[in-house]
Amino acid sequence: MPPFPRAAKDAVGDTTLRGNLRHATHTIRDKRAAAVAELPDWDRLRAAGAAIKDRTLRHLDHYLEQLEASVTAAGGIVHWAADAAEANRIVTDLVRETGEREVIKVKSMATQEIGLNEALEAAGIRANETDLAELIVQLGDDLPSHILVPAIHRNRGEIRDIFTEKMARWGRAAPEGLTDSPAELAEAARLHLREKFLRARVGISGANFMVAETGTLVVVESEGNGRMCLTLPETLISVVGIEKVIPSWQDLEVFLQTLPRSSTAERMNPYTSMWTGTTDGDGPRVFHLVLLDNGRTDTLADEVGRQALRCIRCSACLNVCPVYERAGGHAYGSPYPGPIGAILTPQLRGTASELDASLPYASSLCGACYEVCPVAIDIPEVLVHLRERVVQGGPVTVRGTRTRIRPAKGHAAERAALRAATWALDRPGALRAGQRLAGRARRLVPRRRLLGPGRAWTASRDVPAVPAEPFRDWWQRRTREAGGE
Amino acid sequence: MSAREMVLARVRRALADVPREETPDQVPVVRDYLASHSPADPVGMLAEHLADYRALVHHTDEAGLPALIGGLLTARGARSVVVPQGLPAAWTAVDGVRQVPDTAELTAAELDAVDSVVTGCAVAIAETGTIVLDGGPAQGRRRITLVPDHHVVVVRAPEQVVDSVGQALPRLVPGRPLTWISGPSATSDIELDRVEGVHGPRTLEVVLVRG
Repeated sequence: MPPFPRAAKDAVGDTTLRGNLRHATHTIRDKRAAAVAELPDWDRLRAAGAAIKDRTLRHLDHYLEQLEASVTAAGGIVHWAADAAEANRIVTDLVRETGEREVIKVKSMATQEIGLNEALEAAGIRANETDLAELIVQLGDDLPSHILVPAIHRNRGEIRDIFTEKMARWGRAAPEGLTDSPAELAEAARLHLREKFLRARVGISGANFMVAETGTLVVVESEGNGRMCLTLPETLISVVGIEKVIPSWQDLEVFLQTLPRSSTAERMNPYTSMWTGTTDGDGPRVFHLVLLDNGRTDTLADEVGRQALRCIRCSACLNVCPVYERAGGHAYGSPYPGPIGAILTPQLRGTASELDASLPYASSLCGACYEVCPVAIDIPEVLVHLRERVVQGGPVTVRGTRTRIRPAKGHAAERAALRAATWALDRPGALRAGQRLAGRARRLVPRRRLLGPGRAWTASRDVPAVPAEPFRDWWQRRTREAGGE
Repeated sequence: MSAREMVLARVRRALADVPREETPDQVPVVRDYLASHSPADPVGMLAEHLADYRALVHHTDEAGLPALIGGLLTARGARSVVVPQGLPAAWTAVDGVRQVPDTAELTAAELDAVDSVVTGCAVAIAETGTIVLDGGPAQGRRRITLVPDHHVVVVRAPEQVVDSVGQALPRLVPGRPLTWISGPSATSDIELDRVEGVHGPRTLEVVLVRG
């Protein structure tokens, strides 16, 4: 993947995509504001949500051990995976043991993150996505571009074409003469997937929450595909990031109020499933829980960046972000796009690649993301913190080991400019002389584009006009003249 | 080292800044949010919020219940109905409608051929328009309210109705499989147009029985 500015360039020029995105983000953000306004104690729920997550994160080892004991006592089997490869290996082996070659999946960010579908495919196992948007993405050989509505970048006409062309290859074909009405498209998905639901013997899911106290897993959804995957198969495998644990049953009263209103702008999502281990005669007979690290403990080690692990994946920050709205989700090169992706991805994966080092810059720092976040993640604070890491290097934790990274490549000019600025700002005389010189030489500054290292900076910005006279000179002159009256 | 030990060791190293003597309870969680958004008429609000999400709401009393359910099944043209254990027999005794008992042997494919399902519930939440099923008497296993296309659920008002999510949770047993239903199945994945019934029942009918 190219760095964010290059990846975003095509999206910004694609008027269909920008239209689709603008329509979707503006619709959700307006509805969300109304749903949130119904609760006069929203700020208190938000503070409690942040506090519960902080309590969890500061004692994550305690809660993970408690969760493991509760799930095991309820008849579940708990596995631990340090990274994506290990998680994929565990899941692949578990599916193989069942003898099945096909599984059905609930939409899950964690399995997107680890590339589970690709790993299963390499082992000869077909993973069928069953969320409507994920199905659109999967049939279209595409990538998700939004946390909540992964096919947000597609309009109804495009979806109709994908269904007509691709459904037959994987099962029941789209009905003849399918139109682009959302109701007809949803019906085509219902028919295509129903035969898969009815014969599936293995289901794979993530979870929105795991309650340490009780061992209960929670999945919130709208369509019922989640319920199908969680209750019809004989074997259920849930892959969940370790940060999804919450301490107590009571804590759900906070998140079940903030998550639906923040994400889909509803008082409550149509379906929420909660299960604790296995239940005789109802649902899967075998339940496996795979607890996933994959960079989460590295994120936890950073005292500023740690707050990104509070995220409950509501996607409100995407819908208010002026950068996401124009660049689209694909430019972020990760299952986590938008503002939360810009701080989560470079922490989970590190900043070694050009793309990951560019993500903390994929923001205007306007702060709208912080304002809407239902667990009060200060995204701008973490963005600035990560920019500093990219430019200056410093201590980080990589796969559990404390280490020092060097400044990322390509930021030499920024580093030099900041060093020069630090030097000049510490020396008022030099600053004044420099400003006067700049004022006198201002005709020499190009109007639109800088040359040399400043060229990239002006690729998307105009050069600010250099004033004829420095502010401090103007101020002194003004004070002198006023005093002379 | 096993993956379990490795992950736990990483967590502990990552939390070097947390004082060793700090216990989880010492990290403050202030719960000064409202226990209820105090609706004056929770049953009325429940009905209103269910209707907002396109559930069909009906009102009756105990005596009128069998006739009302019978009418709903007939109006729908249902020829078969799933009946969970513990559901009063009179509720679904309708001429021309086959009774399908909810048993462990009932397969998903057999359920797919059934028209309707009638259940009770564990609790209903006014503020969010939510009905919770916990597999208890008259509710059956999770799949029976999922595969048929028509779900009729009976809520006893006011005793089964609470104001808020916070009031519902203590009334539920976490060890039971729980299904929270707020309106019928729906998707907004295509240009954010809401469409009912992608995979779950397309029609949710809620009968509020005033005692």
